[in-house]
Amino acid sequence: MTWGLLLQAVVSGLLLGGVYGLVACGLSLIFGVLRIINFAHGAVMMLAMYATYWLFVLAGVDPYLSIVLTAPLFFLLGAVIQKVVIEPNRAAAEHNQLLLTLGLALFFENLALVLWQGDFRTVKVWYSGASFMMGDALVEVPRLVASGGAVLMALGLFAFLRLTDVGKALRALAEEPEGAALVGINVARIRAASFGLGSACVAVAGALITPFFYVAPDVAESFNIMAFVVVVLGGMGSFLGALAGGFIVGLAESLGAAFLPGSLKLLVVFLIFVLVLLFRPQGLFGGARGR
Amino acid sequence: MLALVALVALPPLLPKYHLEVLISIVFWAYLGIAWNILGGYAGQFSFGHAAYFGIGAYASTLLLLRAGLSPWLGMVLGGALAAAFGLFQGYLSFRYGLKGPYFSLVTLAFAEMLRVVAVNTKAVGSSLGLVVPTTQEAARLFIFAGKLPYYYIILVMGALALALTWKIERSRLGFSLAAVRENEDAAETAGVDALGTKLRAMALSSFLTALGGTFYAQYFAYIDPTITFGPSVSIGALLPAIVGGAGTVLGPVLGSFVLTPLSELTRSALRGRAGADIMLYGAVLVLVISFLPQGIMGFVRERRMRGRA
Repeated sequence: MTWGLLLQAVVSGLLLGGVYGLVACGLSLIFGVLRIINFAHGAVMMLAMYATYWLFVLAGVDPYLSIVLTAPLFFLLGAVIQKVVIEPNRAAAEHNQLLLTLGLALFFENLALVLWQGDFRTVKVWYSGASFMMGDALVEVPRLVASGGAVLMALGLFAFLRLTDVGKALRALAEEPEGAALVGINVARIRAASFGLGSACVAVAGALITPFFYVAPDVAESFNIMAFVVVVLGGMGSFLGALAGGFIVGLAESLGAAFLPGSLKLLVVFLIFVLVLLFRPQGLFGGARGR
Repeated sequence: MLALVALVALPPLLPKYHLEVLISIVFWAYLGIAWNILGGYAGQFSFGHAAYFGIGAYASTLLLLRAGLSPWLGMVLGGALAAAFGLFQGYLSFRYGLKGPYFSLVTLAFAEMLRVVAVNTKAVGSSLGLVVPTTQEAARLFIFAGKLPYYYIILVMGALALALTWKIERSRLGFSLAAVRENEDAAETAGVDALGTKLRAMALSSFLTALGGTFYAQYFAYIDPTITFGPSVSIGALLPAIVGGAGTVLGPVLGSFVLTPLSELTRSALRGRAGADIMLYGAVLVLVISFLPQGIMGFVRERRMRGRA
C-alpha cells in the first residue's frame, strides 16, 4: 500500500517536473541575458493558457495544435514587453526593474480577472481522461505528453542556443554584455529575443497543461512562485539546471502531497527554496559562479 | 499644516462612506510608512511584509479569543513577536549576503510559508479564519460602535510612525541607513555596522507593520490567512511608498492619498468587476517606475533643485 503510494507520488512528480522545468527554463533564459527576475513570468503563462482555452472553445483548435499559433504570438508579446516596458528602463536601479515586472504581473493577472472572472475553466478533449497502469502507478496520458513535450521543447531550445547564430549571440550576451556589443551584436534586439523566447517557453508549457489543468487568473501566482523555486534550485541562468530543478521540485511537491495533510506540500517547496537561497545561492549544481 | 488640521477636524462631519475611504487612505499610508523604514531607508525591498502584518493580526486576535487579553496589549505583544520574526529572517538573509531581488524573494517565501501554515492549522482557524467578537462596545477591548474612533486611532498611529521616521532620518541611524543603502561596502569601510543597521530597520519596520495587523483585525472584526498573509498586503504596503517616493518621510502618505482614492473610484465605477483596482495599481506601478523612478517626492525635489539652479 505505502509502496504503491510512493510509486504513484514519484510518477506524478516526474510528470509534473518536466512542465516546471520548461517554465523555469524560460525564466532562467530571461534572467541569464537580462539579469532581471521576471515577476510577470507566471502571468504570461496564465495568459497563454487563456489563449489556448479560447482557441479551443471558440475555434475548436486542439490545445497541442494551438502551440503553432500561441508560441509565435507569445514570443512577440515577450519581445514587445522587453522593447516597450523594460528596455527604456535598463539604466534604472535593480529593484526598480523588479518592480516593473511586478507591475506587469499585477496588470495581467487582474486583467484576466476583469475579463474572465475568477472561475475555473477546463478544456475537455477526447484524450483528457486517457490513462494506463505502469505497475501499481496510474499514468495519465495528457500529463505524460505534457512532461515529455516540455522536456523535448527545453532540449530543442538548448540545441538552438548552442547551434544557431542567434543562440550564440544570446549566450554571448549572457556572459559578456559589453564584449557582445563590441563584436557587433545588436544587443537590444537579442535582449528582446530572449524575453520573447522565455515567453514562448511558458506559452508551450501553458498549452501542454490545459488538457488536465484548470485555467484561472490565480494560476499565474502559483506557477510564478514555483518557477522561482526551480530556477533558484537549478542555479540562476543555468538552463539544464532549471530542467533538473523542475524534476526535483515536482518530486518534492508530489511526495509532500502524499505524506503531508492539506496544502502543507507547499511548505516543503518553500523550505527548499529558502534553504537553497541562503546556503547555496549559486544553485545545487552551480560551481563558483554564484552571486 | 492646513492639511493636518483638516485631517483632525473634518472627519466627524463626513458621511459614512467617505469616512471609510479616509480610514483606508490613512491605513495604507501607515503600512507604507512602516514598509518605508526597511524598503526605503535601508533599501531592502521586502515583498513579504504580510508576514509581520499577519503575525500582528493573529497574535492579538488569538490572545483575545483564547486568553481574554485586551487587543491593546495583544497589539504590543504581536508587534514584539513580528519584530522577533523579522530579526530572525533578517539575520539569516543579511548574514548570508542576500541582496536586492534575492532578499525580496526570501521575504515573499517566508510570508507564503506562514500563509500555508495558517491555512493548515486548525487551532488558528485554518482557511476559515477568525472572527473578532464585537457584540458590545468596549474601549478597553479595542471595540467601538462607530467608525470614527477607528479613524482617530489609525491617524494617531500614522502620525507617530511618521514622527518616528522623521526622527530616524535626522539621527545617527538615519545616516547609517543612507550609507548602507547607497554603498554597503563603503559604509562598512567607514565603520558603519551594516548588519546591525539593517536589522534595526527590520525590527522597527516589522513591529509597526504588526500593529497595523491588529488594527485591521479590530476594525474589520475578521481575519483569514489569505487576507493577512497573502500578497495583497505585501504589495499594498510597498506601493504607497514607491509611488510617493521611497526613502522620504512624506512619500508613503502622498502615495496613499493618490492610490487609495484611485482604487476606491475604480471599484465603485466598475462595480462587480473584481480586480479592476489592482489592475490599475499594476499599470500605475509600471508608469511610475518608467516616468517618476524616484516617486512623486523625488519628482518634486528635482523640480525644486532645477528651479534654484
